[in-house]
Amino acid sequence: MGNLQIKTNPKLYDAVIVGSGAGGGMAAYMLSKAGLKVCLIEAGPMYDPAKNVTQLKNSWESPRRGASTKFRPFGDFDACYHGWEIDGEPYTTTKDTEWDWFRARMIGGRTNHWGRISLRFGPKDFKRRSIDGLGEDWPISYDDIRPYYDRVDKLIGIFGSNEGLEDHPDGFFLPPPKPRLHELMLKKGAANAGVPVIPSRLSILTKKINDERGSCFFCSQCGRGCQVYGDFSSSSVLIKPAMATGNVDVLTNAMAREVLTNKEGLATGVSYVNKDDLQEYQVNGKVVILAASACESARLLLNSKSARHENGLANSSNVVGKYLHDSTGASMGGVVPQLLGRKRYNEDGVGGAHIYSPWWLDNKKLDFPRGYHIEYGGGMHMPGYGFTNGIQFVNGKFAVNGQKKQAGGYGKSLKEDYRYFYGAQVHMAGRGEAISFESNYCEIDPGVVDKWGIPVLRFNVKWSEHEIKQAKHMKETFQEILHQMGAVVTYGDDFGAHNNYGLETPGKIIHEAGTVRMGNDPKRSALNKWSQAHDCKNVFCVDGGQFVSQADKNITWTILALSMRTSEYIVDQLKKQNI
Amino acid sequence: MDRRKSIKAMALTTLSAGFLAEACKLSDKKQDEAKAEEKKADGGYDRQPEEMEKLKAIAAQTFFTPDEMATITILGDIIIPRDEVSGSASDAKVPEFIEFIVKDMPEHQVPIRGGLRWLDVQCMKQFGKGFKDCDEKQQFEMIDQIAYPETAKPTMKQGVAFFNKFRDLVATGFFTSEMGVKDIGYSGNKPNQWNGVPDDVLKQHGLAYSEKELKECVSFS
Repeated sequence: MGNLQIKTNPKLYDAVIVGSGAGGGMAAYMLSKAGLKVCLIEAGPMYDPAKNVTQLKNSWESPRRGASTKFRPFGDFDACYHGWEIDGEPYTTTKDTEWDWFRARMIGGRTNHWGRISLRFGPKDFKRRSIDGLGEDWPISYDDIRPYYDRVDKLIGIFGSNEGLEDHPDGFFLPPPKPRLHELMLKKGAANAGVPVIPSRLSILTKKINDERGSCFFCSQCGRGCQVYGDFSSSSVLIKPAMATGNVDVLTNAMAREVLTNKEGLATGVSYVNKDDLQEYQVNGKVVILAASACESARLLLNSKSARHENGLANSSNVVGKYLHDSTGASMGGVVPQLLGRKRYNEDGVGGAHIYSPWWLDNKKLDFPRGYHIEYGGGMHMPGYGFTNGIQFVNGKFAVNGQKKQAGGYGKSLKEDYRYFYGAQVHMAGRGEAISFESNYCEIDPGVVDKWGIPVLRFNVKWSEHEIKQAKHMKETFQEILHQMGAVVTYGDDFGAHNNYGLETPGKIIHEAGTVRMGNDPKRSALNKWSQAHDCKNVFCVDGGQFVSQADKNITWTILALSMRTSEYIVDQLKKQNI
Repeated sequence: MDRRKSIKAMALTTLSAGFLAEACKLSDKKQDEAKAEEKKADGGYDRQPEEMEKLKAIAAQTFFTPDEMATITILGDIIIPRDEVSGSASDAKVPEFIEFIVKDMPEHQVPIRGGLRWLDVQCMKQFGKGFKDCDEKQQFEMIDQIAYPETAKPTMKQGVAFFNKFRDLVATGFFTSEMGVKDIGYSGNKPNQWNGVPDDVLKQHGLAYSEKELKECVSFS
């Protein structure tokens, strides 16, 4: 490589956005609609669910019958490119710590396959330190963000029900789908266990909301991307209309290297490597917006060192990379005897459960500080790789069509068993709030670079007793619900101090946040309440990085609302020539 | 759903289906021409270049020997034989699936190859010949020793572990095939309108939708 040159794009954009998921997609949408000239940098290829189709394919059309690969960790038909392991893009962990890092590489990012669980934070979620003394309060309140939640509901579409619950605020909901059979049983069992169940809140269109998008046709395959755009993904709902304005140039397969700054310390643009031609490029903008995901945005800031920003960009406070936290997760499942040998019919429904349980208890009366919600599953799914696995663990436990059998077996009798047990399983998983600690962080590994020479992240994250006690409570609750249903537990009941009560490895739930947090004090936060860097007024971060705490709600709806709010602030500040 | 109702439902789904029909039309046109061969190679669904490379690499190698494949075929049809509802594992091309999947997931290679050899050696000890050359009675005698984990003798544990794994692969291969999906009765994967659990099923389970659910949920008439 004797002749390495940096090719500079002569155009000066109003904004350069790094990343095209929920945060970057919303910023591109808002800014382009406002007439700003935008350059969007994405590390993966272009993707449009109407063109890159896996929806409505049958299992047998996949030679691996829908099994996952490292290229599609959620299965052969899943709409997310890459994930846990990317060739040439390593990351490391410190001794005795674990972190699983999921990285999408495509237009739309993880929103192409996500669960569409779209939950507003409640008023208390912004003020947790004031309530329990842990973590930090946000510099904004529910009232600040509420108008944006309202607009996101209407712009993108979401179904649900107004329940008047303070911590799970009402919104502008399309009608939810009716519960499936096993969901009615779960609801009854949960009620007997004292756990409330309400309709899910998913960004799926049970009614048509505009002419650009069709309505849901109930194939349950949101995870594969929807050809009629009947659900929310950034690629179809935000990037596509943003590109249609003519104001957005999208650079795909472009891996951001650094945010560039001038003598005054202001950002001038972004340097990146083009993965196709392996050349170095630079693109300039008046504003730089990071939306590369919580950890990638932190990595980019930490790698953007200069004379004015010796500790990395936006990091005079030394908080970038710190306070990293993921949702907690634990699960359990079983077989429901009433569902054995059940009648067959199409119960695909929407992609995901039609019901869920928002957090229902008061942590002041419990031995752990933060809540969780419960997600449910089960029923008659499309048979896919592995769905018949482990029949020997169940077919000896029940009388099949009235006949008691030995576990295992083969032949016509075994064939009968598979039919008998099909669709009789239920599952439940808790997703809870972890405390954001300064001691849980990612940092630049001084000794490791990726294949393009970009220094990589090293993670140091450990669960605290708060998360472990919460997982114990989840497990005990699941056991009680399954017991109330008369179900036989088939997995997840091996829990105790030896395995953190089944608490998943941090990172595994893929809700990571907190690494570029906002706050009023520039010494203790990287961003102000407008997601704007305290140290560099034309740098913003609109992904999960900006979160102070992540509540017992999945974070995407809040990323969308905050990015919408920040985008309008940017338009206003550019107009006033403040940035 | 009776016929009249299903016609009505079809009419109502036209809007959604219209998008699909259009998408199909466009892609059909393209695929009909130059892309026909490529379509065949990628299975007709979205594939990234690195995924195509992996598929090509798999297609270029053969893992099991002809003797191993013969044993896999016999074993598969013992686990999933033809019955009054559907065909056998080999009718559903399960042996071909197993050849593919051990190349796709190399972690299966040693347990399956080693398990097949373990089986042959056991048959040699008990009957003086490899599994596939045993008569049917001997083959079932062998399988009965490894198919029931809770009662199998301790000396048969490796055979039990192999058979558990092999049963999983055969059942996956069969029940994800077109024949197997039909057998197990999965009837989704098509545009439709979810109107709730059918009335007769609700009745059978003594369940009913609440007034709140009926009022707030989407319904299609």
